Amino acid sequence: MYRDDFVRRIQSPGGDRRSARSMHLDITLLLTLVALCMGGLFVLYSASGQNLYFVKRQAVFMLFGFVAMIAVAQFPVRFWERWAIVFYIIGLLSLLAVMFFGVGAKGAQRWLDLGVTRFQPSELMKVAVPMTISAFLGKRFIPPSFQHVFISLSLILLPVLLIMNQPDLGTAILVFTSGFFVLFLAGLGKRYLLSAFLLLMAAIPSFWIFVMRDYQKQRVLTLLSPEDDKLGAGWNIIQSTTAIGSGGLAGKGWMQGTQSQLNFLPESHTDFIIAVLAEEFGLIGILSLCAVYFVFIGRCLFIALNSQSQFGRLVAGSLGLTFFIYVFVNMSMVSGILPVVGVPLPLISYGGTSVVALFLGFGILMAISTEPKRIRMEL
Amino acid sequence: MIHDAAFTDPARERRIFAGRLFVTALVVAVMAVIIIARYVDLQINRHQNFATHSDNNRVHVRPSVPSRGLIYDRNGELLADNRPTYNLTIVRERSESLDNLLANVSELIAITDEDTKRFRKRLKRRKPFEQTPLKYNLTEEERGILAVNAFRLQGAEITARLTRFYPNRELFAHVIGYVGRINERESQSIDSIAYSGTDSIGKIGIEKYYEDQLLGTVGSENVETNARGRVMRILDSVDATPGDSLTLHLDSRLQKVAYDAFAGERGALVAIDVKTGGILSIVSAPSYDPNLFVSGISQKNYNQLINSPDRPMFDRAIRGQYPPGSTIKPLFGLIGLHNNSITMDYTINDPGYFFMEGIERPWRDHNSKRGGHGKGVDLAEAIIESCDVYFYKMSVKTGIDMLSNYSKVFGLGDITGIDLPGERPGIMPSRDWKQQARQEAWFNGDTINVSIGQGFMLATPLQLAVMSARIASRGKMIKPVLVQSINAAPVETEITDIPDLEVDSQYWDYVHRAMRDVVHSPKGTAKGISKGLDYEIAGKTGTAQVISIDAEEEYDSSKIEKNKWDHALFVAFAPVDDPQIAVGLIVENGEHGSSAAAPIARQVIETYMKSRPPGDGQLMAAESPLQGELR
Repeated sequence: MYRDDFVRRIQSPGGDRRSARSMHLDITLLLTLVALCMGGLFVLYSASGQNLYFVKRQAVFMLFGFVAMIAVAQFPVRFWERWAIVFYIIGLLSLLAVMFFGVGAKGAQRWLDLGVTRFQPSELMKVAVPMTISAFLGKRFIPPSFQHVFISLSLILLPVLLIMNQPDLGTAILVFTSGFFVLFLAGLGKRYLLSAFLLLMAAIPSFWIFVMRDYQKQRVLTLLSPEDDKLGAGWNIIQSTTAIGSGGLAGKGWMQGTQSQLNFLPESHTDFIIAVLAEEFGLIGILSLCAVYFVFIGRCLFIALNSQSQFGRLVAGSLGLTFFIYVFVNMSMVSGILPVVGVPLPLISYGGTSVVALFLGFGILMAISTEPKRIRMEL
Repeated sequence: MIHDAAFTDPARERRIFAGRLFVTALVVAVMAVIIIARYVDLQINRHQNFATHSDNNRVHVRPSVPSRGLIYDRNGELLADNRPTYNLTIVRERSESLDNLLANVSELIAITDEDTKRFRKRLKRRKPFEQTPLKYNLTEEERGILAVNAFRLQGAEITARLTRFYPNRELFAHVIGYVGRINERESQSIDSIAYSGTDSIGKIGIEKYYEDQLLGTVGSENVETNARGRVMRILDSVDATPGDSLTLHLDSRLQKVAYDAFAGERGALVAIDVKTGGILSIVSAPSYDPNLFVSGISQKNYNQLINSPDRPMFDRAIRGQYPPGSTIKPLFGLIGLHNNSITMDYTINDPGYFFMEGIERPWRDHNSKRGGHGKGVDLAEAIIESCDVYFYKMSVKTGIDMLSNYSKVFGLGDITGIDLPGERPGIMPSRDWKQQARQEAWFNGDTINVSIGQGFMLATPLQLAVMSARIASRGKMIKPVLVQSINAAPVETEITDIPDLEVDSQYWDYVHRAMRDVVHSPKGTAKGISKGLDYEIAGKTGTAQVISIDAEEEYDSSKIEKNKWDHALFVAFAPVDDPQIAVGLIVENGEHGSSAAAPIARQVIETYMKSRPPGDGQLMAAESPLQGELR
């Protein structure tokens, strides 16, 4: 069973990137990550009102994330495949703990207070869920049978419901999406997709009536016509679109964004940070950021395509696509084409657990990417 | 545990995965295009709109309010001042819940329903982030309570601003007027930029007439605010220019003497500086406290003022139109002499009544016992003893056209042009006037009524004073004016002769002498005020009928109510040899000019003469050339 661990140690033949590969690091991922982190800190400094406290904390989290990522990358893919279920269970227990012992802010209970730092278990689930589903499906026939789909969905919905209960709709959607991507990439039958789609359509009204809280409904309504309540719920969207639009092509310059510097922009250093970037660096800044993101996501999908194992393919594909969803949802909600759900902009928004969770995922991606090519003797 | 993977087909797995990945990559690409298109739309296509919106967000223009010009009397005493008052204002955007805030405030200090009602009204008209006043004139105690509880009154603020204050209260109410809150009608006609930040406007009196000068020029500050409306920095500013300060001809000591002299009677007095036309005193009694109006008068106080039978709000001095009675006799005498319809030697016989040819009803002589003034009454005696029959006869000889035309150049029958709003013109009747007003021809009987200042004739106290001043100055075109200087720059007043009026100087001497003897002759109707004077006053008493008395009936005040008693009038100037001050006044229902009105004029003239610095006029230094009895 543990033979693979030994196999990992054999040097892969030839290659210019021998030293990086020997560290189990993917050089493209690494460079784009460094670019995103540096750029993120740069914007954060301005968005937090030149507050070095936030920047330092974020930098510390990023460093910690890098260390964690490198550490994770050293373990063979098989190791993560075997241990995925353990992380999943730990994550689930933490979510239950949040329910009873959690601390929160603004009416939501999301954090566990570990004394040293606060920790948001729902963020961890963004990695643990796709890993577990991939591990589960990786060893089974694909496309998955009804039984496997059912088990997978149960594994996804358990944490999703707990997160929705906090309530944290944004994270719940992302966790669900990350799990669903695994199912989809594993070749989920068209019947399932169609019925899932129909179910979703049918579920929206009851979702609206029974599940969504008033403030969540308000956000959706606000999206449809922000001008109705200029000083209330519409404020955020009006101010963020104003910030983005007023940035123009080249932006107002670093730390010169009036919308953000004068506090018109809400949550400017967390969820709405892209509005600061758009205001101060303009469309050029936005396109540059998008370019880096797409290189990164493209690399993730490339890694997925070339992965040796079914588990690796599913995890890498799911993590890459989820990363894209992060970016898409955040950029959409800030620019007013999706309701405001609490989704941070990956690696740019301030937030410790989010950064660390992301890096854990990247560690696994790197492990997959540097998995030695080998001819597996199946049968 | 046997894994299914042992039996999988890796190639097929790869194929399925690659297919799915391809589909998702397509979807990702489409979504990426959508989101980038959105940002391009916002940042390129709609950039201009958002850039404007962003600037509007942060830059607010804040008016800097000019302080209203001050008003001084001729001695530099403040008549209209600006004093800091403290108001409770609310910025709606900064309060979390307006209703809660109002509830909290009214727990702490008294807020009436009217305050709340007016506040709600103002709230509708204000701009975003504008301070809306809730309660004016906070007391020191209220300020203290609010300051201590400021932490739970987010959105409420105590703001200091300058508010008009009239230290002399009712003394100058009619002439200075007052400022009040800009009402709906006014807000439509004013320049909203000039008044931004200013919430009051001159409503009546000098405050209204000189509104443009007093207002000053509004300044502005471009301020950068944050989302909570807090000012972060001032980008640039234009200072406000304070309103011009006005110095009036009014003398507050004289004003006080005049006002007090009315002692509860209704009436009005105007005193004019004969040399300049400057109004020394202008009183309408009773009066009211103009300070009540500055921050909005309460309904109760307002009703009290409006419903008072004495009508304190009515400015009798420029709007009260009364029959001038015998006070116009010197003028008519002068007109007669000037037009040669009478001479200085012309005498009449006064049996106590006058019959007009063809009319059965006689005109009575009101100012004599039965039997009249007897034979040999000349113009001087007719003025001194106020003989009506002389003027009945004289007016028929002169004709209404002469009387009317010449009276007009002495200021009757039209507004005098004083720098006050709302002046009334009175009536100097003429043929044309009657044709227009009554659609009737003029009769000689009308002339006879006019000859003693009755009938259709009406004049304001201001007009009487102007008439008196023009007679005193021997035909100078004296125009009444209140403002002496604006910002210490004197207002040009040029005194010219009345155009095309060249009255023989012996006629002036004659009429002045007659008027002097009204006061200083033992037969004079105003002889009562001559005691103890070390200079000479010229005057003429008058009595104006409020109700008409039948020719055969005796007027007996004991039989009628006081509000139907005759009005008492008096015109005067002094000193006779070099006139300085001219006065016109009325005491409503005062009965006789001699007893009710003349003493008030004497007090005013006496105060004025005593207060003048030595050397300013020679007073009794030289012998008057007019001394000696006329007859």
